[in-house]
Amino acid sequence: MNPVVDKVASWSEEGKKAALATVVKVERSGPLGPGTSMAISEDGQVVGSVSGGCVEPAVYEEAMAAIESGTPKLLSYGISDDEAFGVGLTCGGIIHIFVERVDW
Amino acid sequence: MSLLSRWHALLREQAPVAIATVIEGPGASFGGKLLVTPDDHEGSAGDEDLDRAIVEAARGLLEGGKTETRHFGPRGQRRMEDVAVFIQSFAPPPKMYVFGAIDFASAVARIGKFLGYRVIVCDARAVFATRERFPSADEVVVAWPDEFLKTAEVDHRSIICVLTHDPKFDVPVLKAALDTPAGYIGAMGSRRTHNNRTARLKEEGVSDEQLERISSPIGLDIGSRTPEETAVAIAAEIIAFRTGHAGGRLAERSGPIHTPDPDVADSPDAEDAKRDAGRDARREAAGAARDAR
Repeated sequence: MNPVVDKVASWSEEGKKAALATVVKVERSGPLGPGTSMAISEDGQVVGSVSGGCVEPAVYEEAMAAIESGTPKLLSYGISDDEAFGVGLTCGGIIHIFVERVDW
Repeated sequence: MSLLSRWHALLREQAPVAIATVIEGPGASFGGKLLVTPDDHEGSAGDEDLDRAIVEAARGLLEGGKTETRHFGPRGQRRMEDVAVFIQSFAPPPKMYVFGAIDFASAVARIGKFLGYRVIVCDARAVFATRERFPSADEVVVAWPDEFLKTAEVDHRSIICVLTHDPKFDVPVLKAALDTPAGYIGAMGSRRTHNNRTARLKEEGVSDEQLERISSPIGLDIGSRTPEETAVAIAAEIIAFRTGHAGGRLAERSGPIHTPDPDVADSPDAEDAKRDAGRDARREAAGAARDAR
């Protein structure tokens, strides 16, 4: 079973709005490949992850915005090897994440 | 039923399903979502022709359990880049067949489950092939291994581990395994068992080329002794085989740790990673040659 889809489905049954963030592309070295996803409910619950932990806060904000507006967004986060240590990402690289409101 | 609840239901049944999302494209199509199964589809990217192209691509990817981004024209045209569609396959878990209900099989079944395989243990001896001995296996089958394998569903993602190391069982089951498209075939045994088995397989008409498909003796060389350690060595070999890595210590090499998953294409970077990996391999080979001198 997919824990993220599982959770999103149960939020939907409870009538809660939610957003889904999915890694669609990873350039160079990254710990989690395309298809990895994270979901956020309108009341701030989170399931899953999209990186080693460093882009989640930014994705959380974008997800909340998507729940509000209904407009999907393709996001890119690029971290050079030198900067990677500073922001806490375990690997250098660029990840592309698609964020959308679950209204389908 | 919403697309989400259908998706959820299909995953729960472990039925194959692909989800296609338009992640780049002109206004009307952007964010479009389709759910695609081998038999039907629902949802739309806003254009009938584009939908048709996406469904076709998704079915192809779903068959191989692959996830990737495909590009189309606004009306589904090939060789155009306007619309980028991320297609994610949710294929049923790949199968791991374990033959020989010995202690090692129990550890291999456990690690197989841990890696996400659907694990099927098979042995001809009813005393050994029991649910109690293999609580983590999805199925425990009492049958002659070769006869069972001839009727079993095996695809290119399937793993076959032959742990019987009894020529009475393992020669026929390995012959049956070579007739399948299995992605990995491994056979346990000492060097002596291996030599003996190889000779017998050759007597049975198995070619050298076919023999190369069999990982024997099974596992990476990490000095395993216990069933659990051996299971780790086998699991590590299965992963390395799928990804095309040689095994060995990361601490002793340079270059990227993660190369693209063969089932998840993310071109054009896949090309970069391949180039990097090739450079590392060449560097290591040069180092090894230096050490030899």
